[in-house]
Amino acid sequence: MLVNGRKMDFENITILMLLQNLNLDINKVVVEVNLEIVSKENYPDYILNGEDKVEIISFVGGG
Amino acid sequence: MEIFLNEKSIMVDEGSTAFSLREIFKKDADIVIYNGFIIKEDVLLKNQDRLTLIKRGEIPTMQELEGLMVSRHTPGVHEKIKNARVGIAGLGGLGSNVAVSLARIGIGYIKVIDFDVVEPSNLNRQQYFIKHIGMKKTDAINQLIAEINPFVKVETEDIFIDEKNIEGLFKSVDIIVEAFDNPNSKALLVNTVLKKMPSKIIVAASGMAGYFSNNRIVTRKVGDNFYLIGDGESEARPGCGLMAPRVAIAANHQANTVLRIIMGERDV
Repeated sequence: MLVNGRKMDFENITILMLLQNLNLDINKVVVEVNLEIVSKENYPDYILNGEDKVEIISFVGGG
Repeated sequence: MEIFLNEKSIMVDEGSTAFSLREIFKKDADIVIYNGFIIKEDVLLKNQDRLTLIKRGEIPTMQELEGLMVSRHTPGVHEKIKNARVGIAGLGGLGSNVAVSLARIGIGYIKVIDFDVVEPSNLNRQQYFIKHIGMKKTDAINQLIAEINPFVKVETEDIFIDEKNIEGLFKSVDIIVEAFDNPNSKALLVNTVLKKMPSKIIVAASGMAGYFSNNRIVTRKVGDNFYLIGDGESEARPGCGLMAPRVAIAANHQANTVLRIIMGERDV
């Protein structure tokens, strides 16, 4: 699958597992799968497949 | 033919020039602005041209003031900006700078939301003055905007934004500027707006601490209704504080993105 434009090799992985794998905090991210925003509540159940294009925005503090 | 003198419609003879109208209407004007640009040489006027005559240092009446203030805008821009409705979530380094820029260009309606008061550690990057210390940020920014451009309608809300109140707070605006400090609040607002408010556009920011290169701060269009500004990684943390220049660069990326959206320019 494509994650932020980069090819990654994962099979049957949920969004939550992907975020944990990438060491990202679920409370600081916006996740888009095939241009659709996915709600935080769905991260544990949403299973990604090989064709999916995933975009993860991870916010850092400061403003 | 019709021209606009100090933003008021008047009929003038064909063949009139900028300087001939100065002779008639304001002999002592030393600044002549023709279609948004200060001219030093006379020009022949065309139908629908805009001309502004200003005497340097003269305090205008409130009625004259708005016309004079918008005279540096390209014609046709002001009407759209005046009708725009923008919300700003958070009034720190990003939000206070965005608010001031949007007020200067004459946005018609700005809704500002923050729960905090101005404190001394804000002054290194936020638009407040020493006299504002202890004041609610919403009241301080309201006062500042009134002094910059009294023709902006400002609505303030002194409240902490959470998942439950987001929809109600931003109902009255078309474009939302995410200007929080806290990354969890940033993500919450963006997720909620994109998921539950499909008619709104959000302009968010992430990564503007320190004094890293100016040019790493960029504007990205992530989705049709989602713009993201910043370098994406320079987090405010011990040893890497937030400072006026870079925060203001990011804030004005946000403000210009808002302006571009208002003018129908949806690409970055």
